[in-house]
Amino acid sequence: MNIVVLVKQVPDTETERKLDPADSTVDRAASDGVINELDEYAIEEALRLKEKHGGEVTILTVGPEQATDSIRKALSMGADKAVHVCDDALAGSDALQTAYAIAQTLGTLEYDLVILGSESTDARTGVVGAALAEYLGLPQLTLANKVDVDGTSVKIQRQTDDGYQVVEATLPAVISVVEKINEPRYPSFKLIMAAKKKPVTKLSIAEAGIDADKVGLANATTQVVDFAPAPPRTAGTVVKDEGNGGVLIADFLASKKFV
Amino acid sequence: MDFTLTEEQTALRAMAAEFVDREITPHVVEWDRAESVPRDLVPRLGELGFLGMTIPEEYGGVGGDHVSYALVMEELGRGDSSVRGLVSVSLGLVAKSIATYGTEEQRQRWLPGLCSGELLGCFGLTEPDTGSDAASLSLKAVRDGDDYVLTGSKMFITNGTWADVAIIFARTGGPGPKGITAFLVPTDTPGLTRTTIHGKLGLRGQPTAQLFLDEVRVGPDAILGEENQGFRIAMAALDKGRVSVAAGAVGAARGALESALAHAKERVQFGRPIAGFQLVQEMLADMAVETDAARLLVWRAADLIDRGEPFSTAASMAKLYATETAVRAANNAMQVFGGYGYIDEYPPGKYLRDARVTTLYEGTSQIQKLIIGRALTGISAFA
Repeated sequence: MNIVVLVKQVPDTETERKLDPADSTVDRAASDGVINELDEYAIEEALRLKEKHGGEVTILTVGPEQATDSIRKALSMGADKAVHVCDDALAGSDALQTAYAIAQTLGTLEYDLVILGSESTDARTGVVGAALAEYLGLPQLTLANKVDVDGTSVKIQRQTDDGYQVVEATLPAVISVVEKINEPRYPSFKLIMAAKKKPVTKLSIAEAGIDADKVGLANATTQVVDFAPAPPRTAGTVVKDEGNGGVLIADFLASKKFV
Repeated sequence: MDFTLTEEQTALRAMAAEFVDREITPHVVEWDRAESVPRDLVPRLGELGFLGMTIPEEYGGVGGDHVSYALVMEELGRGDSSVRGLVSVSLGLVAKSIATYGTEEQRQRWLPGLCSGELLGCFGLTEPDTGSDAASLSLKAVRDGDDYVLTGSKMFITNGTWADVAIIFARTGGPGPKGITAFLVPTDTPGLTRTTIHGKLGLRGQPTAQLFLDEVRVGPDAILGEENQGFRIAMAALDKGRVSVAAGAVGAARGALESALAHAKERVQFGRPIAGFQLVQEMLADMAVETDAARLLVWRAADLIDRGEPFSTAASMAKLYATETAVRAANNAMQVFGGYGYIDEYPPGKYLRDARVTTLYEGTSQIQKLIIGRALTGISAFA
């Protein structure tokens, strides 16, 4: 079974992340790039499926030059090869355009399953998986916390607020995963050493079959109108216990929908 | 001069750091109190490749250079010196010696298991009555037909109670360094018993033992290297081992610095974070400078090994400076923490206790100075 895992490089959530005031896109120079955390779960799930069913795991990344670091990390976790669509014309593409670019690139690859994280820690739109399935005309199985492949069909547990739904589809299909699905492995020493030798195919948009008029900031279907830094933290609420402290805390938690 | 790490070195260091943050740091207090890291940590270390670094792939190792090894040891030392020490001994002293001096048969027999963590090794040089003066060791190996019969005792043996194989240095000839032979002794050989040494100030997670050999019989195929060549093997192992201890000490110093820095920024006294006070900044600055200087000494020694150049003096300099730095840095970290640093829930105490032994073992600071002094003057002030 051949699996393509979509990997996005995002600004490290542990650093201060910024938008570029000039065009409201992510300021990539402001912080280190890392693999989008949920994509590591996607890679892990793909590796587990490969260990069970055989086949190959291919990393697909649409992103700038420096995304190579994240691709290497994905390869050192155990993926077999990578495709990197890297073209200045892609800069500023929004979620729909990115889904289109990925769909076009997938047209050049053979796969039974596409797995991705359910959202990225930077834009957090969470729509690329669904949009991609639409472009490809494939079933989408989103928010998976468990995946089982049986012959030509795939069954997932779809995480909901109250529990889960069981969703089944025929292959090929697009699956997005949540962090409950597994515990991603580290790259081992041996795999790190081996990663350098694994093939990374770099494609321009033309080579990937992507129409230049359909990607990039100028052609984006959505627009960032305005942005502002998060407001500084305000002082907390102090609950004074006059025999009813427990109730007050429960009320507070309920008002914030924690309970 | 270029201090930039290669892509693989950077990735290895990041992997080791992630392992430490996720699988070591959350447990160090618990392991320290229990006086034991979990036994199944050993195969885990093997799985990630930490026990096979620098050993050729054909023997189950993962290859790699000594700078990478130093980077990983620094991370492990930042996490838990007990874990770092397990690796330093099983890989650094035992597996590397087998890879260098072992016969093909010995390599095939021991290296794959030592690299995977299925097996653990220990290094039996020190005895109850011989520490710095290792060449005067007294454990005897008496020839009996083709066999050798070993009798005596070994002291402060890291990994001792867990090890599957021990390199035992024994007297086969006359007094002094030229009458010593190294033997590879499976620890289940009849006559070999071991007891755990409790009550250590630091490295409490590590199984340290005294070994007793009472007429332990081994064949001639147990000899590592050649008869009466053992002391040279021990010294060569310790030369490289010093780089590993030094790298671990750099990690401990860095860990102490990082914890002190974080605490100094958070702890408020006299209305502002204590990081804003000059006397605290002086301690932090001293720790930072010394830690970086120690790391550069370690990297130089590791780089010399990788380039096949003489490295003994550089290794002694690195070991001397890095271990003394770790003790000073941990002590300063405790000062920055104040009373909290004296409680084992906070990092400085463990860093200090663990660092303290590194100026004692694998050659005391005084012995390192004598090695450096001998290299400078051409005159040996010992032996």
